[in-house]
Amino acid sequence: MWVYEKKLEYPVKVSGPNPKLAKTVITQYGGPDGELGASLRYLTQRYSMPTSQVKGVLTDIGTEELAHMEIVAAIVYNLLKGAPLEQIKAAGMEGYYADHDRALFFVNGDGVPWVAAYIQSKGDPIADLHEDMAAEEKARSTYEHLINLSDDPGVTDVLRFLREREVVHFQRFGETLNIVQEHLSSRKFW
Amino acid sequence: MPAMNCDELMTRIQALEFTAVDLNLYLDTHPCDARAVADYNQVAAALAQTVAAYERVCGPLANFGQSQSCGRWAWVEQPWPWETQG
Ligand SMILES: [Fe+2]
Repeated sequence: MWVYEKKLEYPVKVSGPNPKLAKTVITQYGGPDGELGASLRYLTQRYSMPTSQVKGVLTDIGTEELAHMEIVAAIVYNLLKGAPLEQIKAAGMEGYYADHDRALFFVNGDGVPWVAAYIQSKGDPIADLHEDMAAEEKARSTYEHLINLSDDPGVTDVLRFLREREVVHFQRFGETLNIVQEHLSSRKFW
Repeated sequence: MPAMNCDELMTRIQALEFTAVDLNLYLDTHPCDARAVADYNQVAAALAQTVAAYERVCGPLANFGQSQSCGRWAWVEQPWPWETQG
C-alpha cells in the first residue's frame, strides 16, 4: 500500500496566474511523456519482473513519479488559480476551461486526453526496461522544451529539478537493464 | 541550533527526504555499497528526528497511522501541499 505525506518532494512557487504557461506544463501531467504515464508504467510493469531487485527499482521510481505528478499538478493549479477569463482566452485555453474550469485534468498541451496506449507492459523485462529508458529520455527532452518556453523563473527552477530526476532515473534503469541481462544469461548457460 | 519554525522544518524535511530518495534509488542498483548504506541510515535517522520535531508543532505529516493527532483530529487542519501560496 501507499502512505501519503502532506508535502511536495520539491517546493513549488509561481509568480502569478499564467494560463499560457499552464497550457504547456500540463503535458507533463497527462501528456504522452508525462508523470501519470511514467508512474503507471513502472508501477504496472513491476509485477512480472524477474527479480526482487528489479521489482524494487520499479516500485521506487514509480513512487517517485507519483510525487512528480503532484509537483506538476501544483504548478498547473497555481498558474490557473485566479487567472482571469481574458487571460485564459488569450492563452487558447477556453476549450479546456469549458470542460474543466481551472481544475486539473490529464491532457497534453493541446487538450488531448491521456490514454493507456501511451505505455506498455510486455512481460518481457528487456523490452520493458528499454521502454523505461526511452521514456526517461523523452521526459527529459519535454522538460527541456518546457524550460525553453517558461517565462516564470520559479516554474523554471522546478522544471530543472524534474529534468534532473529523469536523468537519474535513466541511469538507474540502464544499470537495472545490465543486472537483468546478467541474470538472464547466467540462467541460460548454467 | 535555534528552534526552527514550520517552514524551516519543512525545508529541512524536503532536503533530507530527497537525499534519502536519491540514495534509495542508488542502493537499489548498488546494494553492496556499504558507505552508501551508512549514509542512507544516517539520513533516515536525521529525517525521523526532524519529522518528529515538525509534527510536535506543525501537525501530522502522514496519514494511515504514520502520525498521531494530539487531542482533536489534526490531519485536515493544515493546508495541502499545493496550497502553499496566498
Ligand atoms: Fe522519471
